[in-house]
Amino acid sequence: MNISRKQIVHVAKLARLHLDDAAVELYTKQLGEILTYMDTLNRLDTKGIPPTSHAIFINNVFRNDEVTPSIPVERALTNAPESEHGSFVVPKVVG
Amino acid sequence: MDLYGLTIHEAQSLLRERKISAVELTAAVFDRIEQVEEKVSAYLTLARDQAMAEAEAADELIGRGAWGPLTGIPLAIKDILCTEGIRTTCGSKMLENFIPPYNSTVVKKLRTANAVIVGKTNLDEFGMGSSTEYSAFMLTHNPWDLTRIPGGSSGGSAAAVAADECLGAIGSDTGGSIRQPASHCGVVGLKPTYGRVSRFGLVAFASSLDQIGPITKDVTDCALLMHAICGYDAMDSTSVPRPVPDYTRALESGLDGLVAGIPKEYHVEGLDEQVSQALNEAIKVIEGLGATCREVSLPHTAYAVATYYLVAPAEASSNLARYDGVRYGLRDATSADLMEMYRNTRSKGFGPEVQRRIIIGTYALSAGYYEAYYGKASQVRTLIMEDFKQAFQTCDVLLAPVAPTPAFKLGEKLDDPLSMYLSDLFTLPPSLALIPGLCVPCGFSREGLPIGLQILGKHFDEETLMRVGYNFEQATDHHQRKPKL
Repeated sequence: MNISRKQIVHVAKLARLHLDDAAVELYTKQLGEILTYMDTLNRLDTKGIPPTSHAIFINNVFRNDEVTPSIPVERALTNAPESEHGSFVVPKVVG
Repeated sequence: MDLYGLTIHEAQSLLRERKISAVELTAAVFDRIEQVEEKVSAYLTLARDQAMAEAEAADELIGRGAWGPLTGIPLAIKDILCTEGIRTTCGSKMLENFIPPYNSTVVKKLRTANAVIVGKTNLDEFGMGSSTEYSAFMLTHNPWDLTRIPGGSSGGSAAAVAADECLGAIGSDTGGSIRQPASHCGVVGLKPTYGRVSRFGLVAFASSLDQIGPITKDVTDCALLMHAICGYDAMDSTSVPRPVPDYTRALESGLDGLVAGIPKEYHVEGLDEQVSQALNEAIKVIEGLGATCREVSLPHTAYAVATYYLVAPAEASSNLARYDGVRYGLRDATSADLMEMYRNTRSKGFGPEVQRRIIIGTYALSAGYYEAYYGKASQVRTLIMEDFKQAFQTCDVLLAPVAPTPAFKLGEKLDDPLSMYLSDLFTLPPSLALIPGLCVPCGFSREGLPIGLQILGKHFDEETLMRVGYNFEQATDHHQRKPKL
């Protein structure tokens, strides 16, 4: 399956990645090869086969609805690129 | 003998008998690191002061008679597990200065067992790779031939064990990242059954595949580490509540009556004849020990690479969405608005292989393509699991190669990502099927490069894997050879 530059640019936008022209060129080529290889899966008849995303079936993994200690705010902020008044500082989001 | 050359169980005896101290042992390991680390480059971060303090505390406990199996044992941790207070980079510029405010459960268990944490080892960025060449920081060299890869993504951990720069190590395995570097470095590596070991604090790559496991000098050490790290954890909702057996007891029995299957589809064209020969010799040894070996079929083997390289990147694209420059890690401070900040941060923070996988994964999950790619791959995954279920109806274990060739040269596959992916063909199917896999050394190539044997088992049957591995190891001497450094 050939993937077009336009598709790569669109996917990069979805993934919040900025690709320069050289990168778009390279990934278009490499991804084209990789996705052609993935097409081999279409040789298999998977009608009615359920998908797997868990191997071991466990369900309803809940914990009791009790308040337990969390990481204190200052500790949670130790790796913050920018913080103030106990909050993470980011560029303006609204307006 | 030099203390750094000891196995965990040998060191344990000497510590218990007060013939050596934990401080001497840890100091010897750091001396060894000083000797060889320039050539090997296994460690991203060394925690010397903290390690010596831990060793002193261990001596105090041993003096009081309060020792356990891992008290005072110097271990290396792959830099993808969170270690409180110790920088955890995941081999990425994105987390170059990240200091976790908590310990992963596995590290917590090792600290509770009073093991000594030597440092954090090099890896392919975020666990994505098969050679450790995708680390953003440095190359790790195979101790057996410094011009070659140590394997990946747990290359640093495997190299550190092979070079005696620790007595044992922890790695992680999503598609082969413990087994393959263990094979290339001539050491033991185990990927447990999915759900056996808590993933809490393991930086997520592919949530339905990731597992943490030991990399050690022999199978007995593997059993000791497994016993320490396995177990149900309420902090990991995929952790399975099953009791942890004493894996060292499993080593006590022989192989009489054991049935081992040899998957015929693993004999592919690209399989190096030296690897094939080593595998055949290993089969003969195992038969000689009382087992019966027979051919089995895993018909969907050829689809495993395509399946994995759709499922894993898809999950990775979701897991890596958290790296946005907001709360931790790199932030591109020059950006004018939030969207720019996301894009610039992620483009600067992630290396090319990670970006490649995020793009594949995002594509595979995007509207219009989900069914054709991720959906289809998830169905094929079910077929692959069924293959193993069928095989295990008549076999206790399966025997297989780990990698199609011994370690390739550094730089050899960097221009051809697809060729790199294809070299994972023996380790991927067991990962997809979530079964456990053990790698033990089973021979050497003409150039003296290690070759590993993969032993695969039923879900939660790590005991049988280690029994086979141990008996095989005791009947051979591959595990006793050391690289010349």
